[in-house]
Amino acid sequence: MRKLSRESWINSVLVLLLALAPLCASLLDEPYYVSLASRVVIIAMAAVGLNLALGFGGLISFGHAAFFGLGGYVAGVAAYHAFDGSYFIGGIPGSDQMPVIWLVAVLVAGLAAAFIGVISLRTQGVYFIMITLAFAQMIYYFAISFPTYGGEDGLSIYVRNSLFSLDTSDPLIFFGICFFSLMLSIFFTRRLMGSRFGAALTMARLNEVRLATSGVEPFPIRLTAFVLSAMITSGAGALFADLNGFVSPSMLSWHHSGELMVIVILGGVGRLFGPVAGAVVFVLLETFIGGFTQHWQFFLGLILLSVVLFANGGLIGLLAGRSRHD
Amino acid sequence: MSIALVLEQLLNGVQLGVMLFTMASGLTLVFGVMGLINLSHGSLYMMGAFICAYVAGITGSFWVGLLAGALGAGVMGAIIELVVIRRLYDRDHLDQVLATFALILIFSEGTSWIFGASPLWLDMPDLLGGSVSLPGGVTYPLYRLMIILVGILIAIGLYLLISRTRIGMRIRAGENDREMIGALGVNISALYTFVFAVGAVLAGLAGSLLGVLQSVQVGMGEPMLILAFVVIVIGGIGSIKGALVGALLVGVVDTMGRIFLPSLFSLILDNADATSVGSALASMLIYLLMAVVLAVKPKGLFPANA
Repeated sequence: MRKLSRESWINSVLVLLLALAPLCASLLDEPYYVSLASRVVIIAMAAVGLNLALGFGGLISFGHAAFFGLGGYVAGVAAYHAFDGSYFIGGIPGSDQMPVIWLVAVLVAGLAAAFIGVISLRTQGVYFIMITLAFAQMIYYFAISFPTYGGEDGLSIYVRNSLFSLDTSDPLIFFGICFFSLMLSIFFTRRLMGSRFGAALTMARLNEVRLATSGVEPFPIRLTAFVLSAMITSGAGALFADLNGFVSPSMLSWHHSGELMVIVILGGVGRLFGPVAGAVVFVLLETFIGGFTQHWQFFLGLILLSVVLFANGGLIGLLAGRSRHD
Repeated sequence: MSIALVLEQLLNGVQLGVMLFTMASGLTLVFGVMGLINLSHGSLYMMGAFICAYVAGITGSFWVGLLAGALGAGVMGAIIELVVIRRLYDRDHLDQVLATFALILIFSEGTSWIFGASPLWLDMPDLLGGSVSLPGGVTYPLYRLMIILVGILIAIGLYLLISRTRIGMRIRAGENDREMIGALGVNISALYTFVFAVGAVLAGLAGSLLGVLQSVQVGMGEPMLILAFVVIVIGGIGSIKGALVGALLVGVVDTMGRIFLPSLFSLILDNADATSVGSALASMLIYLLMAVVLAVKPKGLFPANA
């Protein structure tokens, strides 16, 4: 048997704990903690998406909340039309079937990311950061000023959308769906980064000129990575809407983009399971410091500041040592 | 739709524009000289407004508050430069974004801890309470007119500071080649702290001046920060001239769009739809403007160091 590296060990323990915690909570009849675990898993999945662009591709997107929110809004709007039998613009009926919603969410976010990417990827560095931020703000303000879908107040999903014949309103079953999606997105990222495309993406980050010299144009590679990254994040957004039974413009806000980045960095940039570690720590901090004081973000700020200033490589980096490509 | 209304909105646009310039010039200076992307600039804007409202509440004088707001933000800026920011100059932009994002969290929560969650109010100084009649049949609030004047003075002052003084010469030299001016015996760390503090004073000034027109509350800096980002992306990051042109462009386009797009759409659509589509589009207008500018000129209108 192949000897597992230290990082793989940590990853396996992490996944095992994440899967077992809600099972235990469910046995102890604590549905709140099951939902909390679902929250961790969904946020981790959104961060896995961002990590593909930010970590592996070196594309510092400060606007991923846009894709997260788009996914959420697709779920919300579809459920809204399915609920009262009305039609979306152009006579498209709503739907309360998760697979349909996911497909639409991923397509919508993919199209949006292709549009945003084509313009933003012409630029680099700080420009890219600010432009992705600005585009996300644009979508945010669009959602706020559109009264049909709740405007600033957001949109409620009265009945959780369904998946085949599963009872999605059961917290544990819903957790299972989320967990499966997370694992799928990590598996996908892993296969992608192991492929020829992944090698090209890594090279686009490390040395663009060398990639171009070897006959691969960096732009389409980056654009594809950006679009795929947005798609994963939007899938997480659709699940998040279903978890809360609610979508609001705050899912699209730039604070959320910042938090997703924080999660990726906290866990460790460009590590497969970094976003998972980051999401666990983030949600735990939010829940437990938030239990003591409503000003928990003050302490989050202090922790984040010290991580940035003193601990490069994030949590997985702290535990598992430097990665090969640092 | 009368000419007077158009003129009035144009003035409102210019007023927003000069305040955006006051914000954006600090951001763009800090980026141009130190290569730092500073998200916490919006927090300095907020701090300025809070200090101004607090001091004005105690002393009863808006002018003392204004002075305190600008200086207080400047001192705050110098402190965070000394404690945090100066460790970030050699880091990549990702670290800078995260560290200054952390500063936003600390400032926002710290402020709501100290001042509570409810907004403070800043009263307009009596002297500027009225309005004036301008040619073209426009009556315009004196206070907003004063803001425009202050903005123009700041633009002139910055131009003179950068192009006519010794310290301005050093700033320009720092933009071109920071190792070289260090080798020539200029105290770079002091220069950096000075530039950062100047940006902070300007942000604090903008916050205090606009605090009268809106409520002084936690989170007021962030919309302003993002607008300022749009401004410097359009103008070219690092360029003061670009910031001025970008700010006026964004200010006027945003203000005009919000007023006139809904009525423009009511010509084609029925009224309720027109208002919602028009206002949705109006709020997206400056981002579309930015996208168009970038599609033509990826480094902004006036690329610095080009």
